Amino acid sequence: MQAAVIVFPGSNCDRDVAVALGASMGRPPLMVWHGDSALPAVDLIVIPGGFAYGDYLRAGAIAAHSPVMREVVARARAGAPLLAICNGFQVAAESGLLPGALLPNAGLKFVCRDVYIRTESSGGIFTGHYQRGQVIRLPVAHHAGNYHIDDDGLKALEDNGQVAFRYCTPGGEPGDGANPNGSRDDIAGVYNEAGTVLGLMPHPERLADPRLGGDDGKAMFDSLVAALG
Amino acid sequence: MSGAPPRPNDLMGLSEDEYDRAVAILGREPNITELGIFSVMWSEHCSYKSSRKWLETLPTEAPWVICGPGENAGVIDIGDGLAAVFKMESHNHPSFIEPYQGAATGVGGILRDVFTMGARPVANLNALRFGSPEHPKTRHLVAGVVAGIGAYGNCIGVPTVGGECNFHPSYNGNILVNAMTVGIAPKDRIFYSAASGVGNAVVYVGSKTGRDGIHGATMASAEFDDDSDAKRPTVQVGDPFTEKLLLEACLELMATDAIIAIQDMGAAGLTCSSVEMADKGRVGISLDLDAVPRRESGMSAYEIMLSESQERMLMVLKRGRESQARAVFEKWGLDFAIVGALTDTGRLVIEQAGEVAADIPVAPLVDEAPRYERPWTPVPPPATLAAADVPQPESLSGCLERLLASPDLCAKRWVWEQYDHMVMADTVQRPGGDAAVVRVHGANKGLAMTVDCTPRYCAADPKTGGAQAVAEAWRNLTAAGARPLAVTDCLNFGSPERAEVMGQFVGCIEGLGAACAALDFPVVSGNVSFYNETNGRAVQPTPAIGAVGIIADLDRMATPALDAPGETLILVGDTAGHLGASLFAREIAGLEAGAPPPVDLAAERRNGDFVRGLIEAGRVGTCHDVSDGGLYVAVAEMALAGGVGATLEAPPEGVAPHAWFFGEDQARYVIAANARDVAAILVEAETAGVPARTIGRTGGAALTASGDDPISLAQLRGAHEGWLPGYMSSG
Repeated sequence: MQAAVIVFPGSNCDRDVAVALGASMGRPPLMVWHGDSALPAVDLIVIPGGFAYGDYLRAGAIAAHSPVMREVVARARAGAPLLAICNGFQVAAESGLLPGALLPNAGLKFVCRDVYIRTESSGGIFTGHYQRGQVIRLPVAHHAGNYHIDDDGLKALEDNGQVAFRYCTPGGEPGDGANPNGSRDDIAGVYNEAGTVLGLMPHPERLADPRLGGDDGKAMFDSLVAALG
Repeated sequence: MSGAPPRPNDLMGLSEDEYDRAVAILGREPNITELGIFSVMWSEHCSYKSSRKWLETLPTEAPWVICGPGENAGVIDIGDGLAAVFKMESHNHPSFIEPYQGAATGVGGILRDVFTMGARPVANLNALRFGSPEHPKTRHLVAGVVAGIGAYGNCIGVPTVGGECNFHPSYNGNILVNAMTVGIAPKDRIFYSAASGVGNAVVYVGSKTGRDGIHGATMASAEFDDDSDAKRPTVQVGDPFTEKLLLEACLELMATDAIIAIQDMGAAGLTCSSVEMADKGRVGISLDLDAVPRRESGMSAYEIMLSESQERMLMVLKRGRESQARAVFEKWGLDFAIVGALTDTGRLVIEQAGEVAADIPVAPLVDEAPRYERPWTPVPPPATLAAADVPQPESLSGCLERLLASPDLCAKRWVWEQYDHMVMADTVQRPGGDAAVVRVHGANKGLAMTVDCTPRYCAADPKTGGAQAVAEAWRNLTAAGARPLAVTDCLNFGSPERAEVMGQFVGCIEGLGAACAALDFPVVSGNVSFYNETNGRAVQPTPAIGAVGIIADLDRMATPALDAPGETLILVGDTAGHLGASLFAREIAGLEAGAPPPVDLAAERRNGDFVRGLIEAGRVGTCHDVSDGGLYVAVAEMALAGGVGATLEAPPEGVAPHAWFFGEDQARYVIAANARDVAAILVEAETAGVPARTIGRTGGAALTASGDDPISLAQLRGAHEGWLPGYMSSG
């Protein structure tokens, strides 16, 4: 398996995800600079967290129009697996690869802490190593992670099984304080219709190593390696 | 140059004597640009004219010190060919005037100091002091400062892993915002600021120069009055996105051998950076201001030279490497301009539109900067406060709950959850413990880091307070299992022109120098911030200490968390029950009085070395230092961190319960040990001359002191976690 991590000016979790993904793959992924319009043939594309283009205008808005994104969007629409984490999720939503939008947090403050999320579907390429309903602990670190979608869009997400993760209590229930940003229906991550693009606000790469206090995120990278060879 | 101007009415902060000295150096009256340059270079902020004499007394050397004070940051050897590069700096005045931008640019400035030297920043910390919670400005200042620090660090992608945050009415008119950055570099690839090579190009990179922050260094060298809000234009505006690009571009170019010298443009911008580079290299420098990238048209030489626009660097490149360097900066979308050259004249010559705008000999500008031996009066030693003079409370657990919910001891989660403390994926111990621990990327070792100061001790007895700040930092590193290596100091005081303030300064320096010497803990970098006073009222003396240590094996470190029942709690260190200048006295008894606890540096060293030995041997994994609030607070913090309660034994004969549980005697640690190891640990302690005794056992979901009401961890947690969010959302 080979993967490419897209690096925008202002990306700052590119190394982190490369380390975590590389540990599961057994070799480092390719790092692709935003100015490159050529994207090598890879099995997985990753848009990492950070503040691409400073998040000026609106989180992810400028990056969505970066040269490399034309190729990323084309590949993803053609079925190439894409993992979009945090700022990457914002870029993917701005690019139209995922439904909905990410608004400023309900508390209007940046929030960095561990959250619990419940795996809403398993068996796909991203979650093969999780059980459906499994509660995992991952950190969030964002100021615009408040997932919003209209009523029809939400119904479509539910009907198609596109809700990937929901914020929850450690016991797996929705509840007071579990949702860090006001996201609609506690949604922490969504798939595209085909299940080949995952966007999520929590950072699996930050808890993929027991030394850092947990490794619930490692199963996501292991799932990808198992599914994509 | 046009004819000599008359002596101006406004000397821009220079004294009459200083102005005369400038005239003598030039052999004529300075023009306005030259006067501006003298003014900032000789400001307290840049010249250390009142503090230098005393700073020179501090210990700065050790076998592991690669570069001590005088460069952009201190550099120490951390083994395996790597160096830690770190410094702490104040951004007090701008943060009070404009909290968000003031604090943000404080972070930006200290980050640049570290990556200028070739290091990748790996952690930020900060030490914040605000006024009384009841003061009408405090809430606004806390919100703005925390948001500003977060915005900068989060965007650039350097984790903010630790700090402290206190409140006291002495900071009502002058908050303190001290920011520290720690970076890691290959130890044979450290970059310095001394320019060399006559004819070599002087290159400007980064953001364009605008009219922001003009005379910021001078503003930071004067006290405030009722019109301090009018100084807002002297505050800089930060752009962390540009700094991220500048960081990556600089590190990319530093991986080549194109750079001879590099200096960030911080206080006093282009003036200070060009003068320092030329002076350190004993060369002259000529600058063509028409080549400086500018945001605005019509900027005068004075404005360009004194602007403190952020995210800018000055470099001297090897000849012929300009196009290689230009390509790197253009890749990152940054300005790159050759703005001058090194000369053999020894003079700073500035030209604009074909005219000489300034011409000053560099060496006298630096070497003949004023140096003052300010008069000082020692702070009279306070009377000791006997425990018997502090009323014994009815309920120890009630006092504990009140202390843990007090502004100084409450959980600061509301603050650090606004900071990305995990980016870079090497944060091994997150905020909230004794020291933050950041793994050295790719290795199984870590840097422990902390910032500490107890201003109420410094106010009561500066020498003891100075020593205590260093000792507490050393203890916090030790409690994590780290070997303490070196210190950066950020010395925040009132006006040095007042003898009482200088007395505080001299006392604190004496104490911190003694502690650094006794603990082999040299000062490698630092910063002095005077004039933290308004209308003659100064802040409490606050010599904040930032410190770095090394954990050689991350499998052998300690955290404060009590996470297993049935363990024995051991108190290491002597307890006389010292309540003077304690939080118990202040928060419970309403007494801001008494001498601070004595600091016995030999005992600190003995006790700390013993505790570290246990951690390094893998025999103890749970440890917390005892500081603010004393023993009961320390145990409560451990219990809350791990979710396991404890039962504590009665005090020994002769120590009153409130003195035992809340006294702030120094050189103490609480460790949790497996019951079967306890006897051996106590015997070894005795052999080492280290006082140690069992004080209780872990277990349950409450804390119980012998003979006192228990208190549940849930209730304590509510009090501890509740105060700050409640405060910030009310009013």
